[in-house]
Parts: sequence; structure tokens; C-alpha cells
Amino acid sequence: MSEYRLEMRGVCKSFPGVKALDHAQLCLRPGTVHALMGENGAGKSTLMKCMFGIYSMDEGEIIYEGQKVSIKDPLEALHMGIAMVHQELQPIPARTVGENIFLGRYPMKKFLGFIPVVDHQKMYEDTDALLKKVRMNFDSHQKVGELSVSQMQSVEIAKAVSANCKVLILDEPTSSLTSNEVEALFRIIEDLKADGVAIVYISHKMDEILRISDEVTVMRDGQYIGTWDAKNLTTDFIISKMVGRELTNLFPERHNVPGEVVFEVENFTSINPKSFRNVSFQLRKGEILGVGGLVGAQRTELMEGLFGIRSHTTGTIKYQGKELVINRPKDAIDQGIAMLTEDRRATGIMGVLSIADNISVASLNKYLDYGVVINDRKVENLVQDNVKKMNIKAPNSKTQIKSLSGGNQQKVLIGRWLANSPDVLILDEPTRGIDVGAKYEIYCIIEELARAGKSIIMISSEMAELIGMSDRVMVMCDGRVTGFIDGKDATQENIMELATQFV
Amino acid sequence: MKTNMTVSQKILAYIKGNPIVVMMALISLVVGCTIPNFFSIENANVLAGNTTVRFLIALGVSGCLITKGTDLSAGRQAALAATITGVLVQRADYAGRLFAWTPETNMWVVLLVVLCIGAVIGMINGLVIAYLKVPPFIATLGMQTIVYGINLIYTNAQPIGGFHQNFKDFFNLKLAIGGKGFSAYILFAVLFGLLFWFLYNKTTHGKYMYAIGGNENAAEVSGVNVRKKLTTIYMIAGMMYAFAGFLMTGKSGGASASMGTSYELEAIAGCTIGGVSTTGGIGTVSGILVGVLVFELLKIILQFLGVDPNFNYIVQGLVVITAVAMDIRKYVAKK
Repeated sequence: MSEYRLEMRGVCKSFPGVKALDHAQLCLRPGTVHALMGENGAGKSTLMKCMFGIYSMDEGEIIYEGQKVSIKDPLEALHMGIAMVHQELQPIPARTVGENIFLGRYPMKKFLGFIPVVDHQKMYEDTDALLKKVRMNFDSHQKVGELSVSQMQSVEIAKAVSANCKVLILDEPTSSLTSNEVEALFRIIEDLKADGVAIVYISHKMDEILRISDEVTVMRDGQYIGTWDAKNLTTDFIISKMVGRELTNLFPERHNVPGEVVFEVENFTSINPKSFRNVSFQLRKGEILGVGGLVGAQRTELMEGLFGIRSHTTGTIKYQGKELVINRPKDAIDQGIAMLTEDRRATGIMGVLSIADNISVASLNKYLDYGVVINDRKVENLVQDNVKKMNIKAPNSKTQIKSLSGGNQQKVLIGRWLANSPDVLILDEPTRGIDVGAKYEIYCIIEELARAGKSIIMISSEMAELIGMSDRVMVMCDGRVTGFIDGKDATQENIMELATQFV
Repeated sequence: MKTNMTVSQKILAYIKGNPIVVMMALISLVVGCTIPNFFSIENANVLAGNTTVRFLIALGVSGCLITKGTDLSAGRQAALAATITGVLVQRADYAGRLFAWTPETNMWVVLLVVLCIGAVIGMINGLVIAYLKVPPFIATLGMQTIVYGINLIYTNAQPIGGFHQNFKDFFNLKLAIGGKGFSAYILFAVLFGLLFWFLYNKTTHGKYMYAIGGNENAAEVSGVNVRKKLTTIYMIAGMMYAFAGFLMTGKSGGASASMGTSYELEAIAGCTIGGVSTTGGIGTVSGILVGVLVFELLKIILQFLGVDPNFNYIVQGLVVITAVAMDIRKYVAKK
């Protein structure tokens, strides 16, 4: 038997118009955590989907425990002992934790000696044991839809563990977890390692990678770049391998100068008593106000409230002293506010529509001739302006937006909002799921906007980003504002202190 | 990548992308060569006439489909417009008049009346779907039976005939001199085809419609008044069915409540064959026209081949399922 649990060699996979994998490779040793790194679009997920049988490979081979195998579908992968926790969770919200975990392989018993029925008692007992194993204590009878995102994630991991997997793929498992939950996850990973499981760990968070991985494989443009022992690696080294060049600055130099107060929110309270309440803050012209807090601090809800996506009971919003009435997004847009939402797929892009349609949808009235006819040339100019200004990489303006990388999608969405020349820009996790190179470009765009006098509110769960980009940081906890910190004085410690005030 | 294809590659790609269209073209070629009169002006006119009615309904329902909805009340709504048209254009001296009090009305006024009724019914559909959040399938299924009930009650389930001369003359109008040629009313298909092309491609209404179909939440966040837009879409749909119903009465020279049965399914089928995606956000007017034309062609071919009309239903059903399966395959095949 070879030293590897699983080897993928010379894997090629093409989609119409793009070569997603070009002789990629990955070799996993038992009992190790293997970090798979690369920018978005580097082919990490595609490679994992080939391993898990979701995609079929055009070329290449998979050697599992010394045997050459072909994996036709996820079920076969599961039977072989390969399990995957997806980046986007796919639970069935209306069913219980136990049913989600044992979906498709319910424990059976014979009713009246011959009618096969689901053995619910055994299923829930096994579920409880599993939940204990992954150190989660919640009820196995609870409906998954009632759980928090992080709990759902734990259910997914428990599901993978329950399959007695020998290879476990974790695709960005911590993107929605709080630091406590991350610690819990790491303990589970250590347990699994001790059991000899080979773990593939995909993440953009460098500190995590350096902490828990034993080996690191870097991919770029679908190609295999190299594998290194994690012990001697530095963040800079990994990033330079990922982007193929040296990155000197993570954040752009800041030249924006905050001016007078232009945007004021007072005593803003949600209709939902558990959500944001009594929120007051001010925003200056040309200022970048960072908003920090843990997951569940109601930051997104607050911003969606200001933008009219959610309802509020009391509170006023003023722009340059004039009170704004906002009941739905259109009201906010008409009054010079724009909001880049957190979940690009759910509330941002219109996947099957073209870049041109996506970028123009919020400002269509600007491109009309005679008040009714859309002038396609004006829309095309808008696209070209943005492509040039923001360095959007796309074949042409008719390309479906869903075929672009996350970073380019985000740039199109920023373009959508800038087309309205808003005064106040709310950015909710503007760099989530975006690779390092594109992140820097987006920071530059944000800085430039602030310099041009736009007022910017930026929610971020990434400490470095919050500290590196904000003129001031507003911290929230449990729906309330717990304090403001000047950007120069902000540290991970003082932000966390405010973020956990009521926890 | 697509721009570098040679002509033969392009043809091959078209065949792959539109298997049903290509198949129908081949079959009609075979039928046309073996059975006399298939390639004739009369037959082409029948095809064009039938297509006109279905095309108008399909245009109406396409807005619902593109926004991930549907409209199952289309056929019954067309039938209601058909009988109302019938009642209003009955001759004053006709013995079998349904209502003695109805005036012998100018046909264009009649058209206006049925359009208004269609708009109201469509608007109710839209309000129920957009504001009460009833799934379109259920909302329009309910409307389907309600409209059918109204139609049966007020017409007493009686057929309506005895139309005044102006009305009949209009529908006998031919485009070519000497009585041979295409019926003039098929120009409505051309007119509405162009109108909808303009609406879908050049106006905010169309862009917002595609945006809602692409991602309803994102559209709302981008400032689209989704509820208002959906209501408008169902309202326009209602007017299109009414127009089609008006044509149905004129075309057949009579009207009854049982007209237009399952036309909604034919319209949805035509749209789907023509590339309107069942997952929303995609669909073109030219595609819809091709889809409806293919479907009507299929019916005529079956008729020429002497197939028992009752078998038609089975064949049509198979074609619809095949079309949707092919459409879905475009997305699954990418794996």
C-alpha cells in the first residue's frame, strides 16, 4: 500500500469555453490535514467535485488506497468513505437533525416481522451519539431550519463523520462561524485526524491554514503549483504562490479625508424585538465607517433596515439634515443610498442574465431615449466604463454573470450601484469569498470612492479588513451598538471586547 | 469562442440546440413530398391562422413563465372573451340571440370591451400572486375554473352564432386579390410579435421582467417594484388572451364556453419548445414564435397523415415533455 490514502493525478476538466483543471494533482496522507489553496476560480472546488463524483474528469486518475478507481457519483464516493461538507450548505430545513444526518440510509427495522420501516429510535440514538462526538449539544429532534448557520454546519460535519469517512473534504467550513465555533470545529478536526482520516481543508483564511494544516497544496488557473510542508510556510509565501507574484500591500494607502456629518441615524429599532434596536450613529462625508461584530450581532439586519429591505418601528434617518422616508429599497435608491448585499447569489446577481443587464438594472431610467426606449449604446458605454475602471475580466458584455469569478461578479455589482452615483454606500461583507488579488482591487475602489466624497458603511467579519480600511469602527452586539473606535486605535482586542459585551 | 465557428459548425450547433425544430422541418419535408396539397397556400393559411391565435396567448403567458410563474387560466380567459365577443356582435335581427338587450356593437368597440375585461381578470391574477403570495400555479388554476364557471352560467352553455356582416367581412378579408391568399388578421401576429419584441428588449418593463425571473430578491434590492411589475405582467397576459379570444370567435364564426380548452398548455408548450426556460429569466419572442409554429405544424402533419385526432393529444403531450426534458438537459449536461 502506498503512503497516500488518496491520490489524484493529471486531472483535466473542461467546461464550454474554459479549461477549469489542467493536470491538477493532490495527494492525501492518512491522519493529516491537507490545505488546498488558490484564488477563486483556481479550480479547487472543481477538483473536489471530481473527487466526490459530482463532475466526471476528462483526463487523469484517482488512486484510492493503492487502487485505481473511478467515482461515478457522490453515493459511490460516500460508500468508498469519501465525504464532503459543501461551501453552500444543503440541509432540508423542514426535517429534523436526525433525519438530515441519516437521509438516504435510514436505519431500518421490520414492523410485524416483515414490513421494513424506519427505526426512528435507533436513528435518534445514533444521532445523539454523533452530536456528542462532534461536541455539539442540541436536540436531535429539532428541525434543521430552526438552527443557526453554524449549527447547520455542525450537522453537516456530523453527517460526514457518521459515514465513517476515510477522506473528508471541508470546503470553507469556517466562513460563517464565530471564533468559539471555529475552535470547536478545530477540536473535531483533531479528533478525526487522530482516527486516521485524511482531511482536505479549503479556506481563504491564512491564520487557520497555518494553524491546523500539515501540508499545503497551491493551485492556480486550474494547474498544480506545488505541495509544501505547512510547518515552514509563511502567509506571504503562500499568497505569492497563489497569485503568482509578490503582493506587498494588503490594503491601499489611504488618502480620503472625512468631512462634515452628512448621514445621521437615530434610535433606529426593528419590528422584530430580537433584532437591532435603539441604534444611533453618524456618518461623515468621505468617511469609511467599519461595522464589526460577531455573526448574529444583527449588523446585516440593521443595514437592510436602513435600506428598506426590512421594516423598522421607530427611528429616523437624515441626510444633510433632511429626514428620509424609506419603506422599500426603491425609496432608499431614489434618495441616494446604495447597498451591496452580503449574499451575492441570493440578493445580488441575476445569474442567467448578461453583465449588461446586471449592471444596468438599478439605473435603467438613465439610458432611455424619448423616455421609453432603452438605448443599448448607453448601456454598453456603462459596461465598458466599469470594465476599464475596475479591471473586470469578462469575454463581453453579453456574458452571463454566473460564469464570472466571485471577484468579477462583485465588481459588476459595485458598478451597478455606482451607476446611480449614490451619496451613501452600504457594503455588506464586500470581499467575502473573493480571492486575494481581487480583494486588493476592491479595497482600492472603496478608498477611491471615499476620496471622491462618498460616505461608506462597510460591514466586515474580517478583523484585518475592518482595522485596515476603517476611519472609524462601529461595533455591535446582540442588536445594539456597543461602541465606536477610531480607526487608528482599533485592535482585534478592543473590537472583540465590544463585540462580546452582552455574550 | 463562438465567433470563431465555421458555417458548418454553426449549423451543427443549431441542430444540437434545437432538435425538435430540426426534426419538425424534416418531417414536414417528407410529408410535403409524399402527400399532395401539404405545400399549398390554403394549408399555409390554416397554419398561419391557428398559429396567430396560439402565438398571442403564448406571448401573454411568456411574461408569466419568464418571471418563474405560469398562467393556467389562459385558455378559459380566451373563451370568455370569445363568447362576450360573440354576444356583442350578434345581429339584431338574429332569432337565436342570447340576450335580446345586447346592442349590435361595432367590432372594434367589442375588442376594446373584451380587452378591458381581460385586463381586469389578469390584474386579479396578478394581485393574488404578487400581494397575497399565492403560488401562480394555484392562483391561476383557481381562476381557470372560476372563469369557466362564469362562462358556462351566463351563456347557458349555449353556442353563439349569427354575427353581423361587418364582423364576418373582416375575418374573410384576404391579403391577396381573388380570394386566394392569407387571412388579413394574421397581421396581428406580426404586429404583436414586433410589439412584444420591443417591450421585452427595449423598455424597462422587459428588463425588469427578466430581472425578476433571474433573481426576484436581487431585483427588489435593485429598486424594482416587483409586486407592481408582476401585476402588470399578468394584466398584459389577460389582455392578450382576450385578444386571442376575439380572434377565435371571428375565425370560427361562432363561440362557446368550451372553446380554448387546454390552450394554456399549448401556449406553455410552445414557449418551452421555443426556449423559454422553466427556471426563469430566459426567453425570446422569436423563440416563442418558432415554438408555437412547430406545435401547430405538428398538429397539421398528424392531420395530413390521417392520424385519429384523439391520438394527437398523446403525441402533443410527449412533445411537451420531451421539450422540457431537452431544456433541462442544457443545464444538467454541463456537469
